[in-house]
Parts: sequence; C-alpha cells; structure tokens
Amino acid sequence: MSSKDHILKSVRNQLVPSADLPSLDQEWIQYDDAVAHFGEVLQAVGGTAIAVEGIDGLTEELAKVPAYTEAKKTVSCIEGLVGTVDLARVEDPHDLEDVDYAVLPGEFAVAENAAVWVTDANIRHRVIAFIPQHVSLVIHCPDGKVEDAVVNNMAEAYQRLTWGRNEFGCFISGPSKTADIEQSLVIGAHGARSLHVFFVV
Amino acid sequence: MSAIKSYDHPTNANQFNKDQERTHWHDSSLWFIREKRDRMSKSLPEWETLRSCASQIKAHTVSKLADYLEEFEKNATARGVTVHWAKDAEEHNRIVLEILQKHEAKRIVKSKSMLTEECHLNPWLEKHGIEVVDTDLGERIVQLREEPPSHIVMPAIHLKKEDVSNTFHEHLHTEQGNHDPNYLTESARQHLRQKFCQADVGITGVNFAIAETGGFVVCTNEGNADLGVSLPKVHIACMGIEKLIPKVDHLSIFLRLLARSATGQPITTYSSHFHGPVEGGELHIVLVDNGRSKIMNSDDYRNSLKCIRCGACMNTCPVYRRSGGHSYAATVPGPIGSILNPLRDAKHHKTLPFACTLCGSCSDVCPVKINLHEQLLTLRTEVKNQKQLPMSKTMPMRIASYVFQRPKLYAWLGGVGKFFLRTMPRFLIYNSLNPWGRNREMPEAPPESFRKQYAQRAKKKSDN
Repeated sequence: MSSKDHILKSVRNQLVPSADLPSLDQEWIQYDDAVAHFGEVLQAVGGTAIAVEGIDGLTEELAKVPAYTEAKKTVSCIEGLVGTVDLARVEDPHDLEDVDYAVLPGEFAVAENAAVWVTDANIRHRVIAFIPQHVSLVIHCPDGKVEDAVVNNMAEAYQRLTWGRNEFGCFISGPSKTADIEQSLVIGAHGARSLHVFFVV
Repeated sequence: MSAIKSYDHPTNANQFNKDQERTHWHDSSLWFIREKRDRMSKSLPEWETLRSCASQIKAHTVSKLADYLEEFEKNATARGVTVHWAKDAEEHNRIVLEILQKHEAKRIVKSKSMLTEECHLNPWLEKHGIEVVDTDLGERIVQLREEPPSHIVMPAIHLKKEDVSNTFHEHLHTEQGNHDPNYLTESARQHLRQKFCQADVGITGVNFAIAETGGFVVCTNEGNADLGVSLPKVHIACMGIEKLIPKVDHLSIFLRLLARSATGQPITTYSSHFHGPVEGGELHIVLVDNGRSKIMNSDDYRNSLKCIRCGACMNTCPVYRRSGGHSYAATVPGPIGSILNPLRDAKHHKTLPFACTLCGSCSDVCPVKINLHEQLLTLRTEVKNQKQLPMSKTMPMRIASYVFQRPKLYAWLGGVGKFFLRTMPRFLIYNSLNPWGRNREMPEAPPESFRKQYAQRAKKKSDN
C-alpha cells in the first residue's frame, strides 16, 4: 500500500465525532476612522503611511526619503515612476541582490494590523518584495478615496481576495524585524529595513 | 546548559535552576511576552469569538481530515504543485533527500519548521553531504551553537546577548565583546544574505494549508522564508497533516490569533500565501503523519491536534519559564509538548505530565482552546497505567491511600509526625529521603492537632 493510502486509511479509520463549521458572518471589529487606525498601527510596527496626490505627489514625497534619494539601484513597478532596473528584463532573480530601493504596488490595506496585500501579479520576480534594502508600497485609491482602500479587519480582507491564478500573495505589515536577541526589537532582519505606504488619491 | 541529555525533566530543570539569576531573567523575559499577548487580546472585543471559531474549525477539519487531505492534493496538483505523502519521519527525510539529489542540490536554506526539527532532517541531510542553513535568526544562533531550539517561536530565548556575541565572534568573526543586538543582527543579515544567494533549494514549514485552494501560508517576521524560496527554483514545504484548514476565508480567523498569541504583534510582518511554483520552478509539498493519525482516535487527546504552534502556553507556563525549554528534552516543549511527546513516546517523556502544576493558565491563553491542563492530568493516569511511574511516586501514594482509609492510624501518625518535626535534628528531616524539603521548609508543627482543637471547640460550645 502506498503511503498516501496508508495515511488516508489510518485517518479514515478513526472514530471522530462530527463537528460543524462556525459562521464567519459575525460582528468583527469596525473602526471609526480605519485610515487613521491603519497609520497608528503601521507606525507601531515600524512603518509610515501617507496620502499623496497622484504620481507627482508620490515623486515629491519619495524625494524626501533619504534611502530613496541615495539609492543607486532602484526598481519601480509603478506606472509613471522610473527605476534604474527594468524588472521585466531581469532573467535571474539573483541579479536583484543589490537593489537598494523598490517601489511596488499594494492592493489594499487592513486597519486592524497595518497589513498591505501585495501580489506578484505584475511583478515578474516575487523576490523583489523581500530582497531590496528598502521598500515602498503604493496603493491606488479608487475615486481618490483612501477609505475605500482600507478594510477594517482580516475577515473583510479575505472577502476581497480571489484565488483564480497561480498567485503569490503576501500581507506585509511594516519592515522586516526580529527580536531573537534578548527580545530587543531590531528593524531590518533579512528583508526591507524600512517600509513606507503611500495612498495615491 | 546545552549539554542536557537526560529525558528526566526534574533533573534537567534543576540544572537550569543552578543559575538563579538566569532563571529569573528567563522567567521575566517570557512574562513580558505574555503581557504583550494580553494587551493584544484585549484590543479585540471579539477575541473569545475568534478563539471559539478557531477551535470549531479545527474540530471540524479533524472530523473530515481524509476528505480535506484529498481535496488539498487535488487542488494543489492542479496548480502545478507536487504532493508527497510520508507516514513517518524517516519517509519524510527520504523524500526531501530524493528531491534534493534529483536537482543535485548541495546548499539548502531552511526557514523555521518544527516539523523538520521533529523529523531530525538537518543531521540526515548533513550526513548526505548537504549544507543546511537555518535562516531564522534565533534558529541560526542555536544551529551555530549545535543546540536544539528551546522555544518553538523564539528558539534562542534562553540565551543572553553576551552568549550570542560569543557565538558570532567564533563563527562569523564579529568583534569580540560587542553585544549590541543591532550590530549582531546586522552581521547575521550579511552572513545569511550570502547563504540565500547561494542556495540551490529553499525549505519551509507550513503554518496553514488550505484544502479549498491547494495553497498554503507561511508566517515570518524576518522575511526569511520568502527570501529562501524566491531565489532558488525549487521550494519544498513540509507540513504535518493537522495543519490543514478547509477554506481560505478561515485564514482570517487564524492569522488574527497567531501572532497576537505568539509575540503580542497584531500580525507577523510577512504572511505569505503560496499557490504554485515560481516561473519555471518546482514546488513540492510533503504531507507528514508521524503519529498524528493515532492521536485522532483518542477523545482525550484529539484536541491537541488543533495546536497552531503559537507558543502562548509556553510563555504563560510557570514551570516552563522557570525550567527552560531544553529541560523538556523535546522538539516541542512546554504544556503542549508535555502532551504531544508522551503520546508519541511515553517511556522517554514520562516525567513531562508531572511537571505541570495544573494551574490552567495554558488552557486560558490557548487561541484554539485546547484543554491543555485537563489533558495533562489525564496523561498522568496513562503514565501510571503503562507502569512508567517510578517507585518514588507510586509508593508514597500507596502508603497514603492505606493510611487515609484508616482514620485511627491517620490520627496516630499525625501525632507521631508532629512529635518528630519538633524534636528531630534538622539533618534527620532534611535529607535525600525528603525531596519536598529540598527547596522548601517543612511546616511548623502546631501545638495541637486540628482534630483535638475541633473536639475542644465542640465541648466548649456544649458546655456553654
């Protein structure tokens, strides 16, 4: 008998009482000002959030970020913002090893935990969300309303998601961090040393 | 401290307790995390609803596990994932090695996975000439020290920054005496970046696998899992069969509970959803039983399969905090480990259920409502029934039972005891025959027994 059959048989042979699934339609937390809450939580986990007007506003704000202005090798997956490396032309993701700054699209934000949903839908190499020294996530707000780009909680977040394609998706909440040495929080473990979230209205 | 070899928890705990200052420090570090967890749980009014939902989802999944495993395999396969099945640790290790050999892989980066730890994957791969680098900072620290992790979420929680500094000085040539966590983390970042870039294959664990989509989720704060699997072409994910959940929407419950319970964060920095291989690459999932299906059959212990490995029970456990993770001599220590390990191997882990004080704190914090302390109590009977209890525990119980059934003998012995406590020299009371007195003072013998006082009171009342 194959191991698969062996395991399935072994699991099926057990007398486990049946149990119903709970309803996920419950009163999950709502915030009076979800956008403000998102900003506060993001700050607490080491990131910053700001609303900007159009691509010009984004460029203007990025110009105030030293890590961006000092970056030698940059990647941008945002229309209207140019990086020094064209991601689509990179064959081997290892070539992205020395990227200093990446500006990537985020789909929407979650207020309760400051997470931003990021996928590889238009990003050829998913490592670009993790390997640069610094990362900014840019969320385009429908009809210029930031409120529409922020959901209250994770239950609402999953309602927005679909799983049609072979997608890689990640909730990113703040910069990479660790507290493995005596519980001292250190920002910049393996991934980004800083994370800015821009809402483009 | 790393030299703990014995399976006997009291002996190992005693060794840990030799350094009193370190014991107190360990205790307070973990209590600090427990407090963060409390604050986080109180930030959500629906916390208890989340716990009961999580518990129900897990109970439901276990009741239909075979169906969900088949559904998962079907959907994962449709997404171009190769699914493997392993009955036990040996088969798991063999499967992983075969995949590596097929790709002539020599260098592996691994993100934290308690399952591969449970299966002793690292030594097996090293024996076959493969370099395995654990990439979680805490895991890397203990790996360089050739120690096992002492905690499932914070593997190096037992070490001070001076220890880490010495280890890094020896292996990574950092400055001697530089104990700054920022400096040490930065050195590890540079060192591990090389490893990420050189790796032929990345191995991760699985936090949650979804039957409905055939995908799975891996949660880290450092981003090490993502870096480890998005540079090489091959990703191997190893998961215990109990990690399955039915639907992707159920993640909304578990991701809200996991990090809040584990470290008191609102969510881990990276919660990555894998639904297929990278462009031109391969994704393998190894489904491992290794004793889990056996636990399913027991009404007493089935609940332990709900565990999402957040470590909250460890952080709150007064025994774990004061005895250190290594004293459990097991991959998973603490309250949940004291259930899982004896169920798998009662002979070696028989002392673990007895380490528990039955305070119930673990059950109170468990995000999936496992009745940990009740299971630990039940397990004690099992250890006794398997005749694994030492004479030092069974004999006093037998004697006590004999005495309690004979009130007159009990009364007489009480008098004798009081007499001896008052008159015997210290060395006759505090010696190796009295383990209770090893760390505590015996109670002061009262002038009169309760029985006598009670009788006198009753007499006084009737006289009045």
